[in-house]
This record gives sequence, structure tokens and C-alpha cells, in this order.
Amino acid sequence: MSLLVDVISGACIVAGSFFAVVGGIGILRLPDFYSRLHGGGITDTMGAGLILVGLMFHAGLTLVTVKLVMILFLLFVTSPTSCHALASSALAHGVRPLDPRRRDGH
Amino acid sequence: MAIETLVDLATQWIDISLLALLACTAITVVRMRSLWAAVMLTGIYSFLGASWMLILDAPDVAFTEAAVGAGISTVLMLSTLALTGTTMKERTKSPLLPLTVVTVTGAALVYGTADMPHYGDPTAPVHQHLMPEFMADTVPSIHVVDSNHSVANSHGMVSDATDSNNHHTKTGVGVGNVVTAVLASYRGYDTLGETVVIFTAAIGVLLMLRGNQRVRNHVPERTSDSTLPSYPLSPMRHRAISRVVSKLVIPYILLFGLYVQFHGDYGPGGGFQAGVIFASAFILYGLVFGLPAARTVTPPRLIEILIALGVLIYAGTGVVSMLLGGNFLDYSVLEHQLWPGFLPHGQHLGILLVELGVGITVAAVMITIFFAIAGRERVQ
Repeated sequence: MSLLVDVISGACIVAGSFFAVVGGIGILRLPDFYSRLHGGGITDTMGAGLILVGLMFHAGLTLVTVKLVMILFLLFVTSPTSCHALASSALAHGVRPLDPRRRDGH
Repeated sequence: MAIETLVDLATQWIDISLLALLACTAITVVRMRSLWAAVMLTGIYSFLGASWMLILDAPDVAFTEAAVGAGISTVLMLSTLALTGTTMKERTKSPLLPLTVVTVTGAALVYGTADMPHYGDPTAPVHQHLMPEFMADTVPSIHVVDSNHSVANSHGMVSDATDSNNHHTKTGVGVGNVVTAVLASYRGYDTLGETVVIFTAAIGVLLMLRGNQRVRNHVPERTSDSTLPSYPLSPMRHRAISRVVSKLVIPYILLFGLYVQFHGDYGPGGGFQAGVIFASAFILYGLVFGLPAARTVTPPRLIEILIALGVLIYAGTGVVSMLLGGNFLDYSVLEHQLWPGFLPHGQHLGILLVELGVGITVAAVMITIFFAIAGRERVQ
């Protein structure tokens, strides 16, 4: 049982780290601002979320898990909001999304 | 054994990469032409610094760095940029003189580190002088000194704690967090000085930025055709998501601020961190709902009174302990028989009051500085 929990916890943490790395690569490599935002969003939600879930399995039913749930809640509320704020402020300041139908990309 | 060396190696690599990231961020900040990016990078720098302090087992400092460096100061710098402009001016003078000054200063600092003890060195003066006594006094589990032992710190604040009849305060300050005990009791004078410094900073900002009464009360209309609002903090009318989420989050921020304030006696936290966190809730409100709404919630008159009130509580605690026959800020004379079990005793009561004073002043100062900067008109 404890081995099973350890495996699940480890798998979650590794998967979370993977998503965090993928998000980081995305921020560097994706073509325009809005798609890069997607990379940042992956790091915040999937990356941090899965790592927190993994830590929850590790901590078991303790006060630590309660605190982790609170962090997870805060993260799930704030990180999409900050993504939204970034996107809408970019749109308001005239950053146009990349349009693949156009040859020049704009 | 093999796993232990592996963990050691991994920790070492985390240390090295964090420090490398810190250096990279600092160099990037210097080379940035866009001031927006530079401000964001200083926020990242502070956050990396906080992570590094956490690795060094200093959660209280990490807390402060994350809240002040990455949080409030980034917001204040961005508010300033909204007033001034976002790109660096082309330099006209020769960079030779600044470069020389920076190089000489840097070299002197590096030369200075040669005399410092190595990281984790148990014979370092900080581990030998005074600190063992503080630790023994604060943490009961490592209590080794005899009961007649009196702490001979530079201020003599707890030196006559042994005269007290109560065994609770005889050898300890009654709070679990050594950092809080050192900050508020053993080093109470220094912290009073820090609080006064913050108080002075607020006075300076108020004098400089609020001199022109007309500027303060003038709220220009937001023009629809310009991309940048002339007034940096017009309410975000069309940002429903920001409004809803900030309404959802603000109560929790306030609650967390109170927790950090009053749990600082036992865990990481204290007046400085709590004040900043508490202020950040009001600053968030001001950012999302606009400055007039925020001014209604926290009237500037009230906040200005609170700035002074915090320092008054701190210094007043010291005066009260003098009136009760002790030294200035010697909390052991605050021993009382009122509401036992409700009010903490002696040292603990003093620390609680002093931290409350710090928290009130810091929160009020942060709100005031933010309002003062955000209330200005944009320089055209």
C-alpha cells in the first residue's frame, strides 16, 4: 500500500515536472505572444498542480495536505486570472494574434 | 549511503543553479533597455532570492523578500513607470566613471568576503557569540543554561528576567520562533529603529508626492482613443474576471495577513511580512477597482493616523515597561495577573504588542506610498 502511494506520488511529481519543462520550452519556442501564454499556463496549472497532487499523496491525510489543497485552490484561481489579464492587456495594447491564414504571419 | 550522496549532489546542483540564475537575472536587468522588462526581472530576482533564503533555512527572511521584493516593490515600480515612461534614455555621458566606481566597490566587497567564515562553519562568530544563549532561552528543548543565568546582550533587555518570580519568563521569552524573539525582544532597539525608518520613508514620500493638493484630487477622464490611460489607475470597467477573482481572493489575503501577524510568534512570519501582505490586499483592490474606490475603503486620513499609531504602540510598549520599573523595551516587567489564559504574559505580551505596532505601520506605509504614487498624473 505504501509502495503504491509512493509510486503514485512519484509519478505525479515526475509528470508535473515534465509539464513544467514543456511549458518552459513552449514559452521560449512558440511563435507569438498568445501561444507563449499557453506555455506559461501549462506550467502554472498542469505542472504545479500535478506536483502539488504528488506531494499530497506523499503527505497523506495530514494538515500538510490541507495546506497543499489551499495552495492548489489559490493557484487554480490566480494563474488563469493572471493569464487572462496578460492576454487582455496585450490585446488592449495592440498585440495582434498570429494569423496562420496569412502568408506574412500577421 | 549511495542515496545520501545522490541527495547531497542534487542539493548542491539546486544551489548552484539557483545562484547562477540569480547572477543571470542581475546581468539581464543591467542590460535591459525596456524598463517594464527590467522591473519584472527584478521581481524574478527577488523571488529567486527568496528561494535561496529558504534553502538556507531562513523562512522568515524568505517570506519578507517574497512579499516585499517580489510583491509590493514590483507594483510600486510599475506604478512609477506608468507615470514616467517605459524606456531608458540614451546615455550621453561616458560610462567610464560609473564603471570604475562599480568595479572598485565590487572588488572591495569581494575582498571583504575573504574574511567571512565559510558557509555552515560552526565556529563562525554568529554561532559562538550570544546566539547560543538566545537559542537556549527561546527554545525550551535545547535549554542548557542554569536558572541564574542572565542574558548579557548589548541592550541588557532581558538581563533581569531572572528577578521575576514567574518561572515561565525566568529563562525564556515564551515564543516558539527564535527569529521573532531575537527580532522583537533581544534586538528590540534595532527593530524599533527599522520601524521608524519605514515611518520616515512614508513621511518623505508624502512630502514629495503629495505636495500639490490639486494634483491629488484631479481625476482626468479616460479618453477612449488613447491606448494608454492618462491616469494610471482608472477602474478596469471591462475586466469582469479580474474584478470577480480579486473579490474572491482579497478576504483570504487579509486572513493570511492576520495569520502571519499573530502566528509569527510560533512560526515564520511577523509584523513586517504581515503588514506587507495586509497592504497588498488593499493595493489589489486599488489596482482592480480604481483609486477612488480604494480611497473610500481606506481613507487617507485614517491611514496616515495608522502610520503613526504603529510606531506609537511600539515605543509606547517601551515607555510602559520603563514606567513599570524595567529598562526600555524590557518586556519581562509586563508580567500581569489580568485574564490569565487570555492575555499572554511578560515577554510574550511585549513581543505581541511590538509586532502589532510593526504590522500596523508597515501596512499603512505601503498603502500610503502606493496611493501617493498611483494618485499622480502621467508625465506627458
